[in-house]
Amino acid sequence: MKIRWFTVLALAVAVGLATAASPFASSSPDGLERVAGDNAFLEQGRLAKVQEDAPIPDYAFPGVDDPRLATGLAGFAGTLGVFAFGWGLAVVVRRRPQGAATA
Amino acid sequence: MHIPDGFLSTEVALACAVPAAAAVGIGLRQANHTLDERRVPLLGVTAAFVFAAQMLNFPVAGGTSGHFLGAALAAILLGPWLAGLVLSVVLVVQAFVFADGGITALGANVLNMGVIGALVVGGLMVAAQRVLPNRRGVLLAVAGAGAWLAVVAGATVTAIELAISGTVPLGTVLPAMLGVHVLIGAGEAAITVAAVSAVLSTRPDVVRAFPVPQGAMA
Repeated sequence: MKIRWFTVLALAVAVGLATAASPFASSSPDGLERVAGDNAFLEQGRLAKVQEDAPIPDYAFPGVDDPRLATGLAGFAGTLGVFAFGWGLAVVVRRRPQGAATA
Repeated sequence: MHIPDGFLSTEVALACAVPAAAAVGIGLRQANHTLDERRVPLLGVTAAFVFAAQMLNFPVAGGTSGHFLGAALAAILLGPWLAGLVLSVVLVVQAFVFADGGITALGANVLNMGVIGALVVGGLMVAAQRVLPNRRGVLLAVAGAGAWLAVVAGATVTAIELAISGTVPLGTVLPAMLGVHVLIGAGEAAITVAAVSAVLSTRPDVVRAFPVPQGAMA
């Protein structure tokens, strides 16, 4: 398999999982949240000022009423955004940036 | 395992941010000097997969869930320092776009969920390479064990940071964190082994750990 196809396939798997499977993920508190709740320090957690205007708070795409759709859209947008950021960062910091985008 | 702001004291947050920033710096340096052209998109894809898989919380014991962290997988695919960089990319997006994990706690989160696990797995890989035969089964076994260890190590350090911050006594938080994360670690191991196995079956040369894949690049 060509590396380009491998990249496309792996990205498709990631986007597919984030979009189609994330709405059905467990909504129970995760390990740390659970421990924090059990030991009465969960309330100490707070959002930083910049996070009050976070574009997709709590993995729910804004303006979408259906919670599963909101989560799926958040996963779709987030996965592509993380891909672009990770790729872009690698392109920028690499010594020879030209040609990298065609790999 | 994302620590929000308010859980850690300023001193602890700062004490975590310094080594986290240093590790990210090493990762950036490595990306600058040694990242080969074919691996450039791979860095983005690994980050995307880690982000996606982190959204898939799976139930563990009694009303608690766990999710994939991804440091072990990233370390096996890209090496430990680029893995730390990948996890930082994921955690920065999660903190600023999704309000998941704190801003002052970002260094701690990079350390707990990225750098520590990546280094644990990186060290395990080097050790395995010296004493174990170079075989697919061995790589997968090391991947599974490393993934479990990465989660348990991250949970341990998280507990220590919370205790030093004066948030909760170590005697309370350490057994609680370990109790749930030994289970979450099993999930991490299963996902990591499945993902590494899938990559070995399609493009073995993109796996950086071990010289298992024939004709693999460094």
